[in-house]
Amino acid sequence: MASLNLLIVVCLVYVALLFAVAFMAERAALRGRAAFLRSSVVYTLSLSIYCTAWTFYGAVGYAARSGMEYLTIYLGPTLVMVGWWWVLRKLVRIGRTQRITSVADLISSRYGKSNTLAVFVTALAVIGTTPYIALQLQSVTLSFASFARADPSSAVPADSRSTALWVAMGLAFFTILFGTRNLDANERHHGVVMAIALEAVVKLFALLAVGVFVVWGVGGGIEATLARIDASEIGQWQMDGGRWAGLTMLSAAAFLTLPRMFQVLVVENEDEHQLRTASWAFPAYLMAMSLFVVPIAVVGLEVLPPGANPDQFVLTVPLSQGQDKLAMLSFLGGFSSATSMVIVAAIALSTMVSNHVVMPIWLRFAGGGAAVAGDVRHLVLLARRVSIAVILGLGYLYYRVSGGGTALAAIGLVSFAGVAQFLPALMGGIFWRGATRIGALAGLGTGFVIWCYSLLLPSFGGGILMTDAVMAYGPWGIAWLRPQALFGIEGLDPLVHAVMWSLGLNTVVFVTGSLLSFPQPLERLQGAQFVNVFEHSGNPQSWSGGTAQSEDLLIMAQRMMGPAQAQALFQAEAARQGLAGYLPEPTPEFLQRLERELSGAVGAATAHAMVGQIMGAATVSVEDLLAVADETAQMMEYSSQLEAKSAELTRIAGQLREANEKLTKLSVQKDAFLSQISHELRTPMTSIRAFSEILRDAPDLSSHDMTKYASIIHDEALRLTRLLDDLLDLSVLESGQVSLNMRDGRLVSVIDQAVAAAGVAEERLTIRRDRTREDIGLTSDLDRLAQVFINLIANARKYCDATAPLLSIEVAQRGNAVVVDFVDNGAGIPTDSQALVFEKFSRVAEGESAGGAGLGLAICREIMARLGGEITYLPGQGGAAFRVILPVAAMRAAQ
Amino acid sequence: MGKHVLVIEDEPNIIEAISFILMRDGWAVHTHSNGNDAVAAVAAHDPDLVILDVMLPGRSGYDILTDLRAAPATRDLPVLMLTARGQAKDRELAERLGASRFMTKPFSNAEVLEALRDLVPS
Repeated sequence: MASLNLLIVVCLVYVALLFAVAFMAERAALRGRAAFLRSSVVYTLSLSIYCTAWTFYGAVGYAARSGMEYLTIYLGPTLVMVGWWWVLRKLVRIGRTQRITSVADLISSRYGKSNTLAVFVTALAVIGTTPYIALQLQSVTLSFASFARADPSSAVPADSRSTALWVAMGLAFFTILFGTRNLDANERHHGVVMAIALEAVVKLFALLAVGVFVVWGVGGGIEATLARIDASEIGQWQMDGGRWAGLTMLSAAAFLTLPRMFQVLVVENEDEHQLRTASWAFPAYLMAMSLFVVPIAVVGLEVLPPGANPDQFVLTVPLSQGQDKLAMLSFLGGFSSATSMVIVAAIALSTMVSNHVVMPIWLRFAGGGAAVAGDVRHLVLLARRVSIAVILGLGYLYYRVSGGGTALAAIGLVSFAGVAQFLPALMGGIFWRGATRIGALAGLGTGFVIWCYSLLLPSFGGGILMTDAVMAYGPWGIAWLRPQALFGIEGLDPLVHAVMWSLGLNTVVFVTGSLLSFPQPLERLQGAQFVNVFEHSGNPQSWSGGTAQSEDLLIMAQRMMGPAQAQALFQAEAARQGLAGYLPEPTPEFLQRLERELSGAVGAATAHAMVGQIMGAATVSVEDLLAVADETAQMMEYSSQLEAKSAELTRIAGQLREANEKLTKLSVQKDAFLSQISHELRTPMTSIRAFSEILRDAPDLSSHDMTKYASIIHDEALRLTRLLDDLLDLSVLESGQVSLNMRDGRLVSVIDQAVAAAGVAEERLTIRRDRTREDIGLTSDLDRLAQVFINLIANARKYCDATAPLLSIEVAQRGNAVVVDFVDNGAGIPTDSQALVFEKFSRVAEGESAGGAGLGLAICREIMARLGGEITYLPGQGGAAFRVILPVAAMRAAQ
Repeated sequence: MGKHVLVIEDEPNIIEAISFILMRDGWAVHTHSNGNDAVAAVAAHDPDLVILDVMLPGRSGYDILTDLRAAPATRDLPVLMLTARGQAKDRELAERLGASRFMTKPFSNAEVLEALRDLVPS
């Protein structure tokens, strides 16, 4: 008799074997010795996760209930595989070039990296997959129960719900262990793929074994079996054309859009050439799987008592015939089907949940700084693990809620119809550039709502979520809203009805929405990348080396890094590889190193894009381009900063040059000044010394001479004193440290004072004045003003060379100023000296000892500047003419 | 008759002082106070020695010295230069141009006389 305990032991051993296979495959992949993992056989076998427990057990049940219709489930994928050149190849190429990690990722990437869309697709995928996972749990539970019934010694209740729970937990454990061991940028899982390939072999072998036993062991050979089939009802059933077409299309759609199928078809694909083999090998596999479905169903219906669950025929027929070992093999086949599907589905869904739901939320709350922290990896792994547990938990929950009573095939089709809603957005996305995010969202939303309303909710059975009244008469009695007769279309099969409305309206809304909305720039770029993927991407196999590419790389590197550095880098690498010459093989290590070196010059994103472009391994994605644009923007900003700095430096350099010129000029002026000071000081000192020596050394001097020489010494001493006074005065005036003694007075008295002080009374200089016009009140430093006048009068006295020297002092009020002109009747100042007359030590009257050091007019100019007025020389007045202008403010204040 | 000296100087007091000490020492003294026709004055007086000030009205003592050294008649004429600008570069310039002696004002009377006796041995 069949032993339940033995079954459990066999199951555990089998699981242990799967662990071992997965583990070894991972190790091999890590060491890079995983050529066999890339083989087309493994790829094809991994696709067999399409054949779940539903196919393994359910197809027979399906055949027993609906005849040949079960074939539609195989027909759809077969069509897709045969037509791989048009759709699958494109999907795989896009998946590779855009580094797509899931169906949600593909759709969101296509529509401008819309996270809303990704979340939506993820949610829909989880909702659509949950019944499917429940289905697997149910099938394992049922098959386990079948065994339990056959084992009289067993105390385990036949329909133990704990079985489903244990299975769910075990699967969660296995999936977490191998699906989230590590983070791979490409989301590939070598261990898992190897394990499911092994399971694919087991389930095919088991089903074939049962089939062979049924045909030859029970049915009595091929002819006899065929005769039985002809005799049975299955042979008689009419085909429902609409349902056939609908189901074929549905299964084809689901084959492309089921998250787990997308995972193995696109994400786990190592090489496009695997598709070519799979395109015939996988249909062959499906055919082998379906070969004995009808015989088993027919024989089961005959052999087993009426009322036996046809979904369990694969198991119960051998059991009823006492073939315990065969039954056990069959059980393992079903177990394999269920586990492989659940594992891959959970991995695919957890990737979507963590990438599109958990991480965006976490990144938003963690802020920008967290993105670089090392614990992101742990967070992602944790998110995946929790997601896997939650997804399996949901499956278990659905199993409990739905009561586990519904036929396997029916649940499977509900799931199919759910995920098939991705199809319009997916196909539109890769074939139609006009497809937009708005259209995709609207279409998906519409399809999802109709699917829920017309298929998912009713699938829970009457009274749970949809009351019988709603089902029969529509909500609030609105007949055209009846879930299974929308818009008054009656008499259709509920599934076909739901698929037609949901997918049909989904497509219509998607197309309409796309036509009416305008895509964003990123969306348009991505759309072009996706639709024209073959134009943008090279053959992925072609990057495996060649000196032509090395040469291209070198040319590019030279431009970026400069010839010497680039050649040194390439030569060093070539030497390291043991190659003669300067061109190394473009090994991945070298490419990485080159990228690192280049990123120093042009930024990481640009370097990556350039190397990628040359190697043709991947096209430059929009993300890459945007990163490049960011870098460029940063560089431009940096460069404009540099430019600004450079301009500033130029400006400062100009200022420095000016300052330097000024200093040089000042230094020259200082030298000239010192030289002149020296001259002005030494000249009187020479006389003083010479005459004092004469007085000392010549005792025979006449008293007249003695008096004369002593007077000279005295005059020269006074001259020295005046010079020093003037110098100090000028120094104070020039430094601006002079304190002015502003007070009210009248111009006439200032001039009176100046004339008296200039000592003209006893000299021959005549002064002509108009005292009434001079009677002007003013506020100024009157002593300083008088100093200016004294200087001018003294100059006239000293330098006027007329025979009858005459100085006219003329006062006039002009606009805002009072003007005082001093004009004598001498020869005046030569034109070429006029400009210099106010400079220090610029004595105009040469050769005559005028008793001044040439500082008088310089002092006058400084004083007038301090008083807010000015002094100028008036050319063309006959004699020397100076004009003093006093500011109006100083004048008015006194009036 | 003593030796003949021409004093080219613009400062009246200094002219008077130099004339006094030189005449007491037995020199025949002529004076000239303008730079413009100083070279002509030298030619006219044909002195045994010239005392030449640097800062003269009209023409600088350096220019006059240059002219004197350029003319064959006065190439070897002893010239004592006096200047009130006592900087090193002035001395260098004077020596380069061929001044026989260079003295800075104010000078010592004894030094001047000693220099003259050196330049024109009796």
